[in-house]
Amino acid sequence: MRSVAGPLAGRRPFETSPETVVRRRRGFSGLQLRELWEYRDVGLFLIWRDLKVRFRQTAFGVVWAILQPLLLTAIFTIFLNRVAGVYAYNLPYAVFALAGVVPWTLFSRALITSSTSLVESASIIGKVYFPRLLLPLASATSYVVDFAMSLVVLAAVMVVYGVAPTISILFVPVFSLMALAGALAFGVWLSAVNVRYRDVNFLLPFIVQLWLLATPIAYPLSRIPRHWQTLLGLNPVAGTVAGFRWAVTGHSRPPTAMVLVSAGVIVGVLVLGLVYFRRTERTFADII
Amino acid sequence: MATAIDIQQLGKRYKLGDRVHYGRLTESLANAVSALAGRRSSGPAQYVWALQDVTLAIEEGEVIGFIGRNGAGKTTLLKLLSRITEPTTGEARLRGNVGSLLEVGTGFHQELTGRENIFLSGAILGMRRAEIRRNFDDIVEFAGVGAFVDTPVKRYSSGMQVRLGFAVAAQLSTEILIVDEVLAVADAEFQRRCLAKIEDVARSGNRTILFVSHNMHSLRSLCNRAAFLEQGRLRSVGEATRVVREYLESAAGSNAERVWDDEQRRPGNEDLRLVAVRVLDRSGALVATAMSSDALTVELELEVSTRTAGTAVGFDLESDDGGGVLSAFQLDADEPPPLEPGRRVLRATLPPRLLDGGGYVVSPRIVGHNGRPIAHEQGAVHFDIVGDHRVRLLEHVSRLGPVALPIDWSEHHG
Repeated sequence: MRSVAGPLAGRRPFETSPETVVRRRRGFSGLQLRELWEYRDVGLFLIWRDLKVRFRQTAFGVVWAILQPLLLTAIFTIFLNRVAGVYAYNLPYAVFALAGVVPWTLFSRALITSSTSLVESASIIGKVYFPRLLLPLASATSYVVDFAMSLVVLAAVMVVYGVAPTISILFVPVFSLMALAGALAFGVWLSAVNVRYRDVNFLLPFIVQLWLLATPIAYPLSRIPRHWQTLLGLNPVAGTVAGFRWAVTGHSRPPTAMVLVSAGVIVGVLVLGLVYFRRTERTFADII
Repeated sequence: MATAIDIQQLGKRYKLGDRVHYGRLTESLANAVSALAGRRSSGPAQYVWALQDVTLAIEEGEVIGFIGRNGAGKTTLLKLLSRITEPTTGEARLRGNVGSLLEVGTGFHQELTGRENIFLSGAILGMRRAEIRRNFDDIVEFAGVGAFVDTPVKRYSSGMQVRLGFAVAAQLSTEILIVDEVLAVADAEFQRRCLAKIEDVARSGNRTILFVSHNMHSLRSLCNRAAFLEQGRLRSVGEATRVVREYLESAAGSNAERVWDDEQRRPGNEDLRLVAVRVLDRSGALVATAMSSDALTVELELEVSTRTAGTAVGFDLESDDGGGVLSAFQLDADEPPPLEPGRRVLRATLPPRLLDGGGYVVSPRIVGHNGRPIAHEQGAVHFDIVGDHRVRLLEHVSRLGPVALPIDWSEHHG
């Protein structure tokens, strides 16, 4: 029996303290979302760290967040629209392109940063425990801030070109979330693969480049035969971008079928990615 | 007393090579292809047990020290208990929230300021925001970084970073605290303050502390019990002083000798070659760990082919953090005799209390009469010195440098 007086007095009873069991887990051991929530402070600080570092060390700071989508849009407008003659029919091309570039930028930045998040935090992983999932989650989520700033730019460009949003704008948060979820779906998966195979670091920029071209960002969906459009939704960014563009401008019928296909792919990849992450997580500290 | 940590047959197996170089996609593909073709590219996987069959119960409020040589499994055990890595066998149950401190400045980001890093590191170590805010002033004061708190830590000296890192960690108030040898990097004065801080916590008696250290003195003064790990197994557990003694005795003779068996590979030239170098105690036995008050002998065994005079045979003595202590040569003697052909054994006796506690390295050296180096075996043997009570080395004042030789003092009337 333990004496009640002395240095132990005043503390909560030992018997109610949480018990941690350290043992080998086999197979899939659940997503442990409750634990993720218990460690939310760590996640918030990781997001805060990423933002601080990103906006402090650069000369242009915040400007970079909006300059990148703007420049990409300018290039598309000059070369694809003016030179190659790509048109967006019922929308000014610049608005059309920017409305695609903005969610694409969120997706691609969040994808890249989450894929490298574990490897870049190798020293922390070897020294302290917290749910590893917080690392890709936090680094991707930090780009929501950049995204919010680029939304302001998009709104300004729409005002300049006199494009008024419709009621469909209420769907912007849905498609923004879809872009982030899509990035996480692949990012969670790639971050875990990256721990064992650093090839991911080399492949990723190339993949992102191809992905940009394979997604109807600079060119309109109407260039693609209608029955292929739904199939294009298998590229989850295609449905996300089309949906986002519709939500912002409301200037066409909603690409419902394509969006649903994309959402299905995102959910599928996300679930598989999380399962893969949870299964490989236990060896991260040993091999990273 | 309730059991805070119950460890049952805990073991951890690593695949050899897995840690050293991670796989490459192409390699795995190539292996898969050759496996399909029925060929095995590399023999059966090799495994090594970093920790094996460790069973141990730790009481609530206990301060227990873990000792053992490098690679004995101390850090692996701490990592398993901190949930950083997963055991291969067995299990451990920990009652109470766990904080681990395996590194100073965990989570520090070089671009962030001291203030920001205090919050970041604190959060990563498992503190709540309010808790960090409450302790903020204490942390800044303990670290002594007051004026620099809003400067990015990349502009800090490494000493300042260590102090700040420890100051944050010292506020960790979990019921179970796991501390690896994090103090080794700090300067002696700060080490002493940290030990005092840990001692405070340990003495308060309401926290269970697991502590790894190579500093036998602090271990003995902090811990009630010690556990001695050897090659991944728990060799003994018990009263700290007894286990520390057992460890010191077992460590004798390990790295204290270096013999060059292959005649062709012996360092030297056609006239003389080095056969062996040893560190011995007073009785002539190999010694890897000695007390500061012991007299130590460095022995150099030579194979001499030609009578040689004027060639300097000796060694460099360095502390294992790279600081030079001294160089000694047989030519230092007043009238050194020439080296006659045959097996020759030279002995140099270091005076007792020459060295302060710490790790030391002996590098034998042979230098020709023209100053040309003939042999220099960097770090051939290694030994540890434990600062001991008996000689009353000052405990509350840290010394500059590794030499602790007593100096003659006298008082005079002006």
